[in-house]
Amino acid sequence: MKIELSQVSRWYGNVVAVNDVTMTIGPGVTGLLGPNGAGKSTLLHMMAGFLAPSNGTVTLDGTRVWKNHDIYRHIGLVPEREGVYGFLTGWQFVLSAAKLHGLPDPDAAARKALATVEMEEPKDRRVETYSKGMRQRVKVAAALVHDPAVLLLDEPFNGMDPRQRLHLMDLIKTMGAAGKTILFSSHILEEVERVAQHIEVLVSGRHAASGDFREIRRLMTDRPHLFKIRSSDDRALAAALIRDQSAGGITLRPDGLEVQATEFRRFARLLPRVARAEGVHLLEVSPADEDLESVFSYLINRSA
Amino acid sequence: MNTVVAGITYRALLGRRRVVLLLLLPMALVGLAVLLLAFGAADQRTAMQLMDKFAIGTMLPLLGLIAGTGVIAPEIDDGTILHLMSKPISRPVIVQTKFLVAASLLALFAAVPTYAAGWLLVRNEDGIAPGFALGALVAGVAYAAVFLLLGIVTRHAVTIGIVYALVWEGLVGNFVPGARKLSIQQWAKSIADQISDSAFLRADVTISFAVPALVVVTVIAVVWAGRRLRVFSLTGDE
Repeated sequence: MKIELSQVSRWYGNVVAVNDVTMTIGPGVTGLLGPNGAGKSTLLHMMAGFLAPSNGTVTLDGTRVWKNHDIYRHIGLVPEREGVYGFLTGWQFVLSAAKLHGLPDPDAAARKALATVEMEEPKDRRVETYSKGMRQRVKVAAALVHDPAVLLLDEPFNGMDPRQRLHLMDLIKTMGAAGKTILFSSHILEEVERVAQHIEVLVSGRHAASGDFREIRRLMTDRPHLFKIRSSDDRALAAALIRDQSAGGITLRPDGLEVQATEFRRFARLLPRVARAEGVHLLEVSPADEDLESVFSYLINRSA
Repeated sequence: MNTVVAGITYRALLGRRRVVLLLLLPMALVGLAVLLLAFGAADQRTAMQLMDKFAIGTMLPLLGLIAGTGVIAPEIDDGTILHLMSKPISRPVIVQTKFLVAASLLALFAAVPTYAAGWLLVRNEDGIAPGFALGALVAGVAYAAVFLLLGIVTRHAVTIGIVYALVWEGLVGNFVPGARKLSIQQWAKSIADQISDSAFLRADVTISFAVPALVVVTVIAVVWAGRRLRVFSLTGDE
């Protein structure tokens, strides 16, 4: 099954949360990547039928999602908020999901779903006694109980320990390989890269980039980088570097150089060569803008 | 009606400490009746006052508020409602189920204790106890619907509900004669008056107005609540 968004916007008063997004989410694993506040949750809520687009349409295999509770036969949703009844046991929670779906054998479905997320052992404890990761897993189990063709997960790895994270990643990959349509949101590139075959990047409500992880990684690494460099002779190094086209600009500061590299790979090879040729010792080379915010702001400026 | 939704809702409301909220007022009502009995003040006039001022006038709207908003507002607040709404069940069915749960709780925690307190004081004399019990039952159903709707349309349901129950029904209803017509409490009294022959009871609203009004308010509130839940939006933190 596929989810199609066509020129979807959503605004709250004067604030635009999602701006004219068109994308198709097909079978396999898609990662929705973007910094916090980019509108990922808003977009996901619109896909899950929990928010009306202010403009545009969201459809699941051609049928409109908004005000249509029949879509939940095909969609499993793992919301970001806890949203689990603390007074129920894990078993009761997942079983209730199976019954709410009207499954023919709710017991078997609930058992299978709990086994899938490795929650059989603590299933008879109340949800309120669970750790955050365990709650996340029963939520996933409840979302999987009817074996949906589409699974939507909002920041699913938040609050999980590394082992649980790996396990959920494997689970998502396996389901994606089995032909399910899976979309999950995250603000961590490495997370998305490990799991998703396809990545959609959302920045400030706009669809900034789309492609497989290699393309996104290339877009992100081939952007201009800013390096801080300390060496035995900053001035000589600066003079030598500026001769090459990969160095866009150099600022000489009392505590070292700031080099704007226009081509990351070329510059990475150039720097040690030049230093050796000039007889300059490199004391420190560090990227000054490796944080995600600057990567994203580069992407959004590029697409604008 | 969906039994799974009903089961979860009952557990949420009756589980652990929350049930105390529902028990407190009916226990106070029966306790007062026992006290009056002990001090030999169990006459029709006192019974009428207790029924009118406390059972219908105070306990019923407050329990209506606790049960009516309690079946849905906390779930909307903490997001657990998504568990029910992300299922192939129509939203009006979720609302109707929650309404039935609230109404049944009011029957149990408001109408039954009202009858018990009345019976303790004057037995079934002049139909006071059954009259007020039926009034509490029907009005409880209407309160359940109205406060359920309130719990869906606003996050300040409890505040607004208290203002409505105490200020509108308690004050305005008592001082402005016309406003009494638009008061669930007065409709309950009207039903009690219909059943009871007591000379101490005199309702301001005729039964021919009260009954249709109760039906209309209940139906409109439940239908409207269903529609509101259908367009329920998750606005999230962004």
